[in-house]
Amino acid sequence: MEFKTILFYIFSTVTVLAALRVITARNPVHAALFLVLAFFNVSGLWMLLQAEFLSLVLIMVYVGAVMVLFLFVVMMLDINIERVRQGFWKNLPIGALVGALLIAEMAAVLSGRYFGLANLPAQSMPANYSNTKELARVLYTDYAYPFEIASVILLVAIIVAVMLTLRRRKDNKAMQSSDQIAVKAKDRMRLVKMAPEVNLPAAKQGEQA
Amino acid sequence: MEATVLNLLASVLGSLWAPLWNLIKPVWPLIWTLAKIVLIMAPLLLSVAYLTFWERKVIGWMQVRIGPNRVGPWGLLQPIADGLKLFFKEVLFPAAADKKLFVLGPIMAIAPALALWAVIPFSSGWVLANVDAGMLYLLAVSSIGVYGIIVAGWASNSKYPFFGAMRASAQMISYEVSMGLALITVLMVSNSLNLSDIVMAQDKGRGAGMGLGFLSWNWLPLLPMFVVYLISGVAETNRAPFDVVEGESEIVAGHMVEYSGMAFAMFFLAEYANMILISAMTSIFFLGGWLSPIGFIPDGFHWMAAKMAAILFFFLWIRATFPRYRYDQLMRLGWKVFVPLTLVWILVVGVWMMSPLTIWK
Repeated sequence: MEFKTILFYIFSTVTVLAALRVITARNPVHAALFLVLAFFNVSGLWMLLQAEFLSLVLIMVYVGAVMVLFLFVVMMLDINIERVRQGFWKNLPIGALVGALLIAEMAAVLSGRYFGLANLPAQSMPANYSNTKELARVLYTDYAYPFEIASVILLVAIIVAVMLTLRRRKDNKAMQSSDQIAVKAKDRMRLVKMAPEVNLPAAKQGEQA
Repeated sequence: MEATVLNLLASVLGSLWAPLWNLIKPVWPLIWTLAKIVLIMAPLLLSVAYLTFWERKVIGWMQVRIGPNRVGPWGLLQPIADGLKLFFKEVLFPAAADKKLFVLGPIMAIAPALALWAVIPFSSGWVLANVDAGMLYLLAVSSIGVYGIIVAGWASNSKYPFFGAMRASAQMISYEVSMGLALITVLMVSNSLNLSDIVMAQDKGRGAGMGLGFLSWNWLPLLPMFVVYLISGVAETNRAPFDVVEGESEIVAGHMVEYSGMAFAMFFLAEYANMILISAMTSIFFLGGWLSPIGFIPDGFHWMAAKMAAILFFFLWIRATFPRYRYDQLMRLGWKVFVPLTLVWILVVGVWMMSPLTIWK
C-alpha cells in the first residue's frame, strides 16, 4: 500500500468519525469543534488530490473565519439539550426521508457511472504546475461573469445583513472618534482673565484699628 | 547541504558507514526532515526565552529601571530560571472546567505557532518545505491560532477567561482581513505565492540595479500596506497596545487566568513564537528577507536575523510607549480604516502595474 493511500484512509476515517460526533455530541461547543476537525481532514483529502489552493482556502475561510464566528455564537447560547430533544420522534420520519434522499443522491454521484469517471485518464502534472494560477486563469477569463455576479450577490447579502440587524437606539451614547480627535483645548476649557482681589478681609482691618 | 552532511558522516564513520547507510536509507528522508525541524525549533525556542528577557530589559531601560539583573551575569539566566519555575509548578484544573478542552486549549495555541515555521525561508534554499502555496499556508495556519484562546477561554468556565475568548475571536477575525488584503498587494507585485520567490522578486528593479537594493524592497512602493501589515501583525499577536484580550488591568489575563505551570507557559511560548514569526513574515514580504541593502555586501541569513531583530524591537518599543486601545477604537481602526485603505491600495497597485509607469516587469 502506498503512503498516500494510508493517508487517505486516515483522513477519511477521521472525517467520518468527526462528522458523526458533530451530530451526536451533547455539547454544542464540542459539536462545533468536531466540525472543525472534520474540515481539517477534508482539507487533507483535497491536498492529496493536489488541490492545494482549495485545501488551504477551506482552512482559511471555514476554519479560520466561519467556525470562529460560529463558536462565538454557540459559546454564548445556553442550550437546553432536553428541550432540543423533545420533538425527536415526531420529526424522525421527515428527517429520515430527507436523509435517505441525500444518501441516495450521493451514492448516485459517487458511483461515478454518470460522469464516465472510468474513462478519465489519470492526470500527471508537471512539477511547476500551479494549481492556484490555473484556477485564477479560468475564474477570470471563462467564468468572469458568473464570478462577478456571485461576488455582487455576496456583497448585497453583506449589506442586507447589516441593514436588517442595525437598529439605532435613541439613547445611544456612542462616541464619534472623529469628533473626539477634532477637539481642541479651547473647546473644553475657558481661560478667564480677572483682576486680582486686593481688598483685605474685614477681620484684619478691625485688628489694625 | 544534504550531500555535505552525508559526505561528512561517511568520512567520520569510515568503513562503518556503508552498512549503516544500507540500514537507514529507506527512512533517510524522514531523519533528514526531523533534523531540519530540530534545527529550526531549537534556536526558535531559545530565541523565545531570550526575547522575554530582552523585552523586560528594554522596557526597563525605557522606563528608567534596570530590569532583571539578579540571576547569572547581567541577569542572563533569568529566562532559564523562569522556565524551570514554570516547569515544576502544578497544572491546576478548575473544578467546573471542561477537562479535555482545558488541556486542548494550550496545545491548539502552540501548535500553529510552531507549524507555521515550516515554510519560512531563512536564506536562499534554507527552508523546510519550499511549497508553491507558501503564503496561503501562512494565512491558513495563522488563522487557526485563535482557537487556542477561544477553547481555553470557554473550557475554563470562568468569567474573565470567557471575556478574553470573546474579545480574541472578534479581534483576530477583524485584523486577519486587513492582513490578508495587505498581502494581496505583495502577491500582485511578486507574482508568486512561494515565499522564496517573493524575496527574490524584491532583488530586481531600479534601486537594485544601482546597487541600492533596499529601495527595491516592497516596503517603499507598498508603504501604506507595510504600515497596515505591521500594525495588524501587532494586533494579531495580541500585543500592546492591542492587548485587550489579556488586558491585565481589566480582565486580569483573559484566557490565561485559570492556567498555571506549563499550560500557562504554552500560551506564553505561543505568543512570543508568533511575534518572532510576524517579524520573519514582515521581513520576507516587505523588507527583502535575506537580501542585503547595499549591492556589494553579500546576502545571507544575518540580514534576515537583523531585520527580524529590528521589527521585534519595534514590538517592544510600542509596548513601552502606547496606552491600550479602547475596544471600540480597536474595531474602528480595523474595519473603518485598514480595510478600506487596503482595498483602495489594491486597486491603485493594480492600475499602477498595468500603466506604462509600472516598476514591476
